[in-house]
Amino acid sequence: MNGQAWLLLLDGAWVTVWISAVAIGLGVVLGLLVALLRMARIPFLEQLLILYTSLARATPLVTLVLFVFLAAPGWGLNLSREAAAILALTANTAAFNAEIWRGAFLGFSRDQRESALACGMTPWLLFRRIMLPQMLAGSLPGLVNEMTFLIKGSPAIAVIGLVDLSRVSNRIGAVTYEPLPPILAAALIYMAILGVLVRLQALAERKAGRLAM
Amino acid sequence: MNPWEIIWRARGAFLDGFLDTLAIFLLAALLAFALGCLLVYGLEGRTGPTRRALRGFIDVMRMLPFLVLVYLLYYGLPQLGVRLPAWSAGMIALVLYHGAYFAEILRGGRTMLPAGQIEAAQAHGFAPGKAFRRLVLPQLLIRTRPLLGNQLILALKDTAFLGIITVQELTAAANSVQSSHFVPMEAFLMVILLYWLISIGIELLIKWSARFGAKRGFEHV
Repeated sequence: MNGQAWLLLLDGAWVTVWISAVAIGLGVVLGLLVALLRMARIPFLEQLLILYTSLARATPLVTLVLFVFLAAPGWGLNLSREAAAILALTANTAAFNAEIWRGAFLGFSRDQRESALACGMTPWLLFRRIMLPQMLAGSLPGLVNEMTFLIKGSPAIAVIGLVDLSRVSNRIGAVTYEPLPPILAAALIYMAILGVLVRLQALAERKAGRLAM
Repeated sequence: MNPWEIIWRARGAFLDGFLDTLAIFLLAALLAFALGCLLVYGLEGRTGPTRRALRGFIDVMRMLPFLVLVYLLYYGLPQLGVRLPAWSAGMIALVLYHGAYFAEILRGGRTMLPAGQIEAAQAHGFAPGKAFRRLVLPQLLIRTRPLLGNQLILALKDTAFLGIITVQELTAAANSVQSSHFVPMEAFLMVILLYWLISIGIELLIKWSARFGAKRGFEHV
């Protein structure tokens, strides 16, 4: 392990971080959308979304990434490797996030909801001003759990040829014939990335705590 | 020979693997769930070193990739003189790792619980353990039900990693079938189907448990 190897690892870490970050951002918003649509109970669409959450949660990430990358040209879509990876990761994480958001909806305190409606709030205002901030604070641990799983599962994108952190460590090991040091170094970088995430969650919770929620 | 015929002939291997995976998953899920409940009880209203240690344990588990934990227990512990069989090492890893995640999920639900209830219970003379068991925990379980379902499915998928440290389970069984007959596509389709079967079972369990909450007036849809 010399300086150049560390630079290569950091390059790989950057690929892991930006692809995961885009997938996390899209996944959180899409998950909320899926949860809202499911709560609206539109016939047919609801069953479709139930099937989607069931299948997307049960399919392993590697399978999903390969499927999106290999099947997309058949639908007339020419996806780059990055786009296919983001699509697959988003499809997976959005399904998990939808369940997290739905849980927050179902558990929302009944008294607050009724009193807001009694005060004459419209459902949209109730959602935006009362429910969303509290749901966000309450489901933060669940959402961050899911984000850590996404980052830990992101080596799956290496199967379609993206050079992410895990792939770089494999390559270095293949050249130096010493697999252990690069793997340990990669594990250290993964833990640093996830540590930042866990730390951010603690900060956000302290801020939510100050708002007396 | 038709690939599906080969799969049908190897049905014994698939069935054994399926039952092994099911047994590992059920035991690990039960123990991890119990560990999660204990951890949350330990976090209940306490300040100081205990709380910090428990939070530290949960956060370290969340930062550690699962496979690294398995390697540490199976390949790392023998260097300290503790040699675990593959099956126990895998089980301990699953329980510690998912127990920490269960605890984090329940802790998130705990922050949403109105404080007045607990104060009322104290005023009525409930001992802390009893208040937790009878009032807090049931509500947490009802509220975090979908998240617990998510976590159970992730735990199911993580059992596939244990094949790497030579534990007998479904993915390892499929791998040995596909490598001796060269039917990768069909073997793994079969495995996905079997995993999906278990995860549909989990979803049904979560769905049925909703009735329990609805009966007590906790749900409004």
